[in-house]
Amino acid sequence: MTGIVSYLVFFSILASIYSLMSLGLNLQWGYTGLFNIGVVGFFAVGAYTFAILASPPAAGHIGGFNWPFLAALIAAMIATGIVALIVGIPTLRLREDYLAIATIGIGATIQLIANNMNWLTGGPNGIYNIPQPLSAYFSSNLGYNVFFLVMIVVILLLAYWSLERIVHSPWGRVLMAIREDETAASSVGKSGFSYRLQSFVIGSILMGLAGALYASFIKYISPTLFMPVLTFQVWAMLIVGGSGNNRGAILGSVLVWALWTMSGSVVQAILPSTLQVKGGAFQIILIGLVLMLVLLFRPRGIMGSRKAVVFAGESKTVSGE
Amino acid sequence: MSQNDIVLRVDNVEAGYTPGVPILRGANIEVRSGEIVTVLGPNGAGKSTLIKAIAGLVPIFGGKVSLLDKDITGRPPHTLVREGLAYVPQVNNVFHRLTVEENLEMGAFTRKSGIARRLEETYALFPDLARLRKHPAGKLSGGQRQMVAFGRALMVEPRLLMLDEPSAGLSPKLVGMVFDNVKQVRDTGVTILMVEQNAKAGLLISDRGYVLAEGKEQLEDRADALLKNPEVGELYLGSKGGLL
Amino acid sequence: MIAQYLANGIVLGSSIALGAVGLTLTYNILNFANFAHGSLLSWGAYFAWLVVLVFGGVQSTIGPLSFGWPFILAIVAAALMASVLALVLDWLVFRVLRKSNIQVTLVIASFGASLLLRNLIVVVFGPEPQYYSDNIQIAQPILPGVRTTPDELFVVGLAVVLVIGLHLFLTRTRLGKAMRAVSDNASLAQVSGINVHNVVRWTWVVGGSLAAVAGVMFGLTVQILPDMGFNLLLFLFSAAILGGIGSIYGAILGGLVIGIAADLSVLFISPAYKPAVAFILMIVVLLIKPSGILGEKVQ
Repeated sequence: MTGIVSYLVFFSILASIYSLMSLGLNLQWGYTGLFNIGVVGFFAVGAYTFAILASPPAAGHIGGFNWPFLAALIAAMIATGIVALIVGIPTLRLREDYLAIATIGIGATIQLIANNMNWLTGGPNGIYNIPQPLSAYFSSNLGYNVFFLVMIVVILLLAYWSLERIVHSPWGRVLMAIREDETAASSVGKSGFSYRLQSFVIGSILMGLAGALYASFIKYISPTLFMPVLTFQVWAMLIVGGSGNNRGAILGSVLVWALWTMSGSVVQAILPSTLQVKGGAFQIILIGLVLMLVLLFRPRGIMGSRKAVVFAGESKTVSGE
Repeated sequence: MSQNDIVLRVDNVEAGYTPGVPILRGANIEVRSGEIVTVLGPNGAGKSTLIKAIAGLVPIFGGKVSLLDKDITGRPPHTLVREGLAYVPQVNNVFHRLTVEENLEMGAFTRKSGIARRLEETYALFPDLARLRKHPAGKLSGGQRQMVAFGRALMVEPRLLMLDEPSAGLSPKLVGMVFDNVKQVRDTGVTILMVEQNAKAGLLISDRGYVLAEGKEQLEDRADALLKNPEVGELYLGSKGGLL
Repeated sequence: MIAQYLANGIVLGSSIALGAVGLTLTYNILNFANFAHGSLLSWGAYFAWLVVLVFGGVQSTIGPLSFGWPFILAIVAAALMASVLALVLDWLVFRVLRKSNIQVTLVIASFGASLLLRNLIVVVFGPEPQYYSDNIQIAQPILPGVRTTPDELFVVGLAVVLVIGLHLFLTRTRLGKAMRAVSDNASLAQVSGINVHNVVRWTWVVGGSLAAVAGVMFGLTVQILPDMGFNLLLFLFSAAILGGIGSIYGAILGGLVIGIAADLSVLFISPAYKPAVAFILMIVVLLIKPSGILGEKVQ
């Protein structure tokens, strides 16, 4: 019984972390029409910044700053925001898919830094002993995880509540106007670039926050945790749940994360041990198929508010057949 | 073939970009062999939509388009060239990265033979182009580009040439040149349907004209009559005196 | 020393250039960034590996090269198979999404397809690296201070031949010119009587074939890995953007520049950062001249 409970707690904590990321992606894609295919990069920046600042001294890489939890969390968010600015400024003025290309580049670059810049990130060995807030007050692991879950759910609700407020504010309405029609929005004097940049940075900060909480929860990070497939999972969550809807983003996160973990167990149970190394590949193919089928047959997802955005200002289409 | 053979008939056509939102609402147009016909009308009247619907670029919801007595309603655009229809869009009407000669060759894409002969005829019609044949079309001036666009459309020796606002964005001097070209093309035996903002310049070289408003033709008459028509004058100049 | 890195850069640049040509063609004509293009490189490399395997290895070698005639056949077969894969992908996924007029989701779908295809490789061929030949090649001096293996010279030579062939195809044949016309202005091509859908299919064939050859070249000079296409994707996009999206010659030039820059960067930083160098170059181009060297316009 405790086994199931502790598993459910573990499952819910990770689902909440994914939900934070898909909320961030929803602000960018669902509300502003921005392609971020480097979600994992922003997640990693948050995780590494938090880990470096909060951890005790360790051999082989920079560290030992021992920052308090909250300070390191905020620093992680700021660092992610700065990276988002660096990616956003050159690309958000251009055709929309340039952002996609640039974000896939930042994701890959951060993966490279994590793997190779040993003095900063610990290289392939990663960073150990990342502190968990208030863990000294708990005697059992399960008790602490329940506390962590409560904390992260509070943070998630706060993020949800703030996002709901801002997307329904005049600011959010401008975002959606930009999403639907760039020229119409700019004709009322709103600079599309500045609004898109704000949305992109805020969304990325949420991903960085998720990364920081993740690092704190699992206490140990290494480059293998930040593979491109994570970006893909978050996209699948948002698309399945329904982009343009914050509740959809959370629902999708829970569903796709459940599908992912269940398929993981099934793969483990049915595949012979010689094929176990390929298990992850089977899981990715499964999620890939789910995403494709949703895109083809239900592009709005479960709760999505809109069909999709067509390139604003783009007139070149191939018609006929 | 007599002067009165009907080349194009647009019969009660409804068309638009979104189903249920027609821009053309039952338009009727007729173009006879050897004519220059101009379609006039205020912005948003559906002039461009009309020409694009005929060319197969805008979905047609109802009605019928026939070219030389053949039903071409809703046919894909690339199949219409073989039926004798050529179309010069208003903007982006040349292949920028292709040379002048390659632009003309693309115009002759559906031709099996006679391409070299037709190239020489086109260069004879627009001597400037012969000199520029190896230049990328994107690097030419506005007037030269318009010639390339005409030349490309004429490569198939079409029965009907459709021009979407051939004078748009050109200087007054060039407008005169372009309309001279249009007349010249007609004199080689090509029937012409054009949409024009510059009503006066368009009508001056036309045989007949239509006034389009709210997706339907409101007026049809000989060009000289339209030029004197006070209603047309009011529409374009805000005076009752007619265009002349 | 610099000359050696330059030479290495040209070898890498040859693969990138061929891959980037296909990417820029489909990008421009179909109007979306195809993240699955890298997978065509990987699949091409594995298809060729499979054909070599069927022939029972590379057997006797041609001169100093590490492979024999079966390998040449394998390149051709890989190009054909990758073309079919590209057409199937277009038909199964991209065509449907194009019709429903949701172009933006094409990018997500292509990203999904790229992960799918990459992991299919892991399932089918396994995660460990493969090689076309067990023969060890020793780099020979070809110029003062420059040593290359015969295979590397073959790769550069093949790239030159293919680029010249592509140039002749695009400027001398009816289909090639139509492809450029569609890439330049699809709607004008349509009203000129060109069947755009037909040209699009041929574009996949050309792009898929070149991607396959690029993958084989990379596999021959480095190694064959399920991740190779994905890792090269950043180089391909950087090359295409540097050259100007839609510009075929720009993509070739961009490929060489990116390849050389990545290999010269080894003089200053760890070779592991090569993809990051490509990425930084791309960001610089987007900041200074987003239309690229030979590109025309960017909204």
